[in-house]
Amino acid sequence: MFIAATLGILVSMGLALLRALLGPTVYDRVMAVNIFGTKTVLLIAVLGFLTERPEFLDLAIVYALINFIGTIAVLKFFEYGDLGLTTRVGREAE
Amino acid sequence: METALDVLSWITISGGLFFMLVGTIGIHRMPDVFTRLHAAGMTDTMGAGLLILGMCFQAGLGLVLVRLLFVYAFLLFTSPIATHALSRAALAGGVEPITVDHNDPHVSARQDGA
Repeated sequence: MFIAATLGILVSMGLALLRALLGPTVYDRVMAVNIFGTKTVLLIAVLGFLTERPEFLDLAIVYALINFIGTIAVLKFFEYGDLGLTTRVGREAE
Repeated sequence: METALDVLSWITISGGLFFMLVGTIGIHRMPDVFTRLHAAGMTDTMGAGLLILGMCFQAGLGLVLVRLLFVYAFLLFTSPIATHALSRAALAGGVEPITVDHNDPHVSARQDGA
């Protein structure tokens, strides 16, 4: 059961990476990386059940937070041009 | 498949994988960033929720269940915030959303041009 779940999540991760490579705008790529991070969280949890080590769930919690903070930081960089500024520099989508 | 909990786990994990694959295929088939975000949101809510529910049935009552619910709570709170921030950034960055103009017959969101 967990082997089937692992294979399904891996196939979805591959498709999300394909969108990260293909996406015409940069926001497609950021969205694909965010989805990849969410699937990584689920993959870590499923692997914890597969190898019967419940400590993997702590890793899943930590990575869920890191993924979210990373996505917000990349979006802030795209909107303001710098991670410390508060006024918009005027970057347009590729 | 001995007990009823195993059958329930199979059903919910299959449903979760189904929604996850449908959402990920939808990312490739959708025409615009904003519509792709909609497909991605289905992955985060139904796919992740059903998978974690299926794992909750396998875990007994204990600390593992609490950790799984923490993972689900974090995903539940952070994925709509990330989607909202992404769509706001895309709109401010100059991405034009695909709209349907009923007066102009050449601009349409449908495949057959209706």
